[in-house]
Amino acid sequence: MTDRAAPTIPAAPTTRPGPTSIDARASRNLAAIARGETVQAVVHEEVDREQVVLEVDGFSLFYGGYQALHRVSMKVPRGKITALIGPSGCGKTTLLRSVNRLNDLIDGVRVEGDMRLNGDSIYGRDVDVIELRKRMGMVFQKSNPFPMSIYENVVYALRIDGQRDRRVLDEVCERSLRAAALWDEVKDRLHESALGMSGGQQQRLCIARAVAAEPEVLLMDEPCSALDPIATQKIEELMESLVPHYSVLIVTHNMQQAARASDYTAYMVLGRLIEYGPTQSIFQNPKLPETEDYITGRFG
Amino acid sequence: MTAVAPTPALASSRSGRRAASGATMLAAGEPVAWLMAAGLGLALVMISGLLALVLWNGGTTFWPGPIVELRTLDGATLLGEEFRRERYRPDETLLADQSAAVRTAAAQALSGDGWTSRSLLRTANFDVTGTHFTWISDYEIVPDSVGRPEWAIGIERLEFGRFFGFPLRGEEDRRVVAEGEAATWAWFEAHHREVRRLWEERRDLETHEVGGVNRALESERLRLRGIELREGIPAEWVVAWSDLLRTRRGGSAEEIESARTRLAEIEAAGFVPTDRFRAAAAEFEAEEATLNDRFVELTGEIARLDAAMDRFVMVLRTVDGVEKSIPLAEIVRAIPQNQLGVGGRLLVFLDRWREFLLDGPREANSEGGVFPAIFGTVAMTLIMTLAVVPFGVLAALYLREYAKGGAVISAVRIAVNNLAGVPSIVFGVFGLGFFCYVVGASIDQLLFEAKLPNPTFGKGGLLWSSLTLALLTLPVVIVATEEALAAVPRSMREGSYACGASKWQTIRRIVLPRALPGIMTGAILAMARGAGEVAPLMLVGAVKLAPELPIDGVAPFVHPERSFMHLGFHIYDLGFQSQNSEAAKPMVFTTTLLLIVLIALLNLIAIWLRSRLRRRFAGSQF
Ligand SMILES: Nc1ncnc2c1ncn2[C@@H]1O[C@H](COP(=O)(O)OP(=O)(O)OP(=O)(O)O)[C@@H](O)[C@H]1O
Ligand SMILES: [Mg+2]
Repeated sequence: MTDRAAPTIPAAPTTRPGPTSIDARASRNLAAIARGETVQAVVHEEVDREQVVLEVDGFSLFYGGYQALHRVSMKVPRGKITALIGPSGCGKTTLLRSVNRLNDLIDGVRVEGDMRLNGDSIYGRDVDVIELRKRMGMVFQKSNPFPMSIYENVVYALRIDGQRDRRVLDEVCERSLRAAALWDEVKDRLHESALGMSGGQQQRLCIARAVAAEPEVLLMDEPCSALDPIATQKIEELMESLVPHYSVLIVTHNMQQAARASDYTAYMVLGRLIEYGPTQSIFQNPKLPETEDYITGRFG
Repeated sequence: MTAVAPTPALASSRSGRRAASGATMLAAGEPVAWLMAAGLGLALVMISGLLALVLWNGGTTFWPGPIVELRTLDGATLLGEEFRRERYRPDETLLADQSAAVRTAAAQALSGDGWTSRSLLRTANFDVTGTHFTWISDYEIVPDSVGRPEWAIGIERLEFGRFFGFPLRGEEDRRVVAEGEAATWAWFEAHHREVRRLWEERRDLETHEVGGVNRALESERLRLRGIELREGIPAEWVVAWSDLLRTRRGGSAEEIESARTRLAEIEAAGFVPTDRFRAAAAEFEAEEATLNDRFVELTGEIARLDAAMDRFVMVLRTVDGVEKSIPLAEIVRAIPQNQLGVGGRLLVFLDRWREFLLDGPREANSEGGVFPAIFGTVAMTLIMTLAVVPFGVLAALYLREYAKGGAVISAVRIAVNNLAGVPSIVFGVFGLGFFCYVVGASIDQLLFEAKLPNPTFGKGGLLWSSLTLALLTLPVVIVATEEALAAVPRSMREGSYACGASKWQTIRRIVLPRALPGIMTGAILAMARGAGEVAPLMLVGAVKLAPELPIDGVAPFVHPERSFMHLGFHIYDLGFQSQNSEAAKPMVFTTTLLLIVLIALLNLIAIWLRSRLRRRFAGSQF
């Protein structure tokens, strides 16, 4: 994991042509998008060498008449951390929530294309959504502990599967809380309400809950956006300790975080995947100028 | 002139500033805040005024005041407790009927502004004088004639309301054993408790033992009737047969003979009762005989107690000199009201409260206690809550969580809300028509056929009242629950779904616990609404006087079909249906006070429960 050690974000390179010209090149793709043309994502070749845990295949999503995702195709590698970045409203959350079909709960959502989790179709005809969701874990932007004890929060997924064996539950609880770096802080108050914890603790509790059922992929939507730097650092360390055991797909607005903590980075704009590759190369020599603009803060 | 010039400018600038400050005041919302405070103040004044009225009138009812004796200018002597006092302005016609002495006194008293005061004196002794109360104006009283005779005794008895008088003598077996006020009082105190104990023994015998025999007889009769119905025994045979039984018990030889011939005629016409019925009939006859023996035994016992009690009679003298004998057994409480200190009065006060809370009513409810009404109110409210909460919650769950939004659901929602505006008496009519006459009658047909035509469930009762009020309060619970469900954050549901929970699991484990405090709020509101409701109850089961509690020691212990007493109905009955409404008035306040306290208590319990739940299920975020 040393290879991920925080590539520095390049300042706007002075060797390149002046800002006007960069803007002109960058707007080429955006202009094409604006004209409604399909834009082929630039996918670095390293991505194809990885084992795939989740494959998004020409996936489009409509909120009623509004198309939020445009034929997104992307392979999420196993045992790695993949970051989704992009300007606000570009569809990162939508894509993430599509993976475990949470968007089914919203009226008027329609999808095209498919996704596959370890080869099993997600949007196929006979898919049991509940079984499918049990194979994934999700951490939300705002922590959402359930109104019950810390212990019950962690073993919730097992409880709804009807697990009653106290030993199994105890063991899973401890393992998950240790994985979420929370065990030492809460081991003496496992049976107190989870709502009495601090914000950072609550978020780590949600991570413990998400990993309790050994998910094949862990989906995280801006898990640190409501946390202070120290709590953020804890969660980043935690994510690093989760791989390669877990595969993580994380949405983040924080470029530093994406650069520091992820193996791969996907850049989205206006519901399209634009560029996707190893974090190192995305941040140090992106192939597309608009990616560069975004990560250097020129756009978005 | 130079000095004048600045003035208009100054004035205008000042008024300009004032306008500006007015604008900021409006902007800051200060006038609105004042309005809001005024609204709240008005509400508080009304509530505290009502509470104070009820508290004062209800709280002082049981306090024994002094008994005053006074003479009027017309030469009458009155003895009584001052009940109420007011200022009034007597009119000419009233004075015209009075004697000359009174008229002069009145003219003098009214020479100022024409106003004077009068007192409502509780003179009691209804059986002697024919009235309970007398108005007496201040000018009618012989000056300095008002006193508090030491030996004036206030008596609460079983009939005819209170009695005020002086003890004259005590009699045992019609022989005088004590004479004079002090001696008679001492004799009374020595024997009263013992006699009352006998009286209570007699009452228990009557209600429990004799009641038990009657119930046993009734159930034997019902069993026989059930077999009769099953075996298809013709009614005329049964009539002839029971005539025979009856005449055998107490008829002349001829009557027995004629009953026997009639039975023989019917049997000769071709009908022979089945063996099973004959066996049951024989059993019934035997059982009835033993029960009758027991009944005679009990009657003997009661007669013995009566004789023992009736030996003791206290003779009192009214203030007019009429002698009145009152058996000790009929005296609930006798108080030498003018001899008591504060401590003694307090004891009487507390004892009256005890009687009020724990005993049954007497004297057409205007005296005694309201325990059956307390019991009925609480039982009815609890059953109602148990019925309405699950129902309302299920309905709200369906509306909010399962039903697809649309015109139908909106219509249902509007209908539910409108239900809350339907006059409660309409619910009473519905309850009577549906629960009593349709559901109840069907239950009677199915399960209690032997008792027909006497209805069991086919009339008003505790269960039907509770269900009627459950319907009445259903909108409250539905609306509150829907709101509570809507307030459960979406993120929590999504978290649960993301863990692979099904919809029902999410609702059961996340949504409902989280919504529980809100649901409890709905239940509390429903309880408060239901416990205070009276109108529909008059149609579906609340009665003036219920002989038995709906829950008692007689199997099957819970009798939801029984009619019951209710505090709200009790208030109405006391206030508006009572013959002695003036005497009942304080009881109205006391009962109202009790009802308010009871509802507050029920609410407090529910609120305490809710706060516990809230602490468990919704802490502070961050
Ligand atoms: N429930 C919804 N109904 C209709 N449109 C929606 C809904 N949710 C999201 N959208 C739209 O879909 C687009 C993508 O939204 P999404 O939440 O995925 O963006 P995002 O990339 O997560 O943005 P952010 O970084 O601000 O969280 C936005 O234009 C948004 O307005
Ligand atoms: Mg988002």
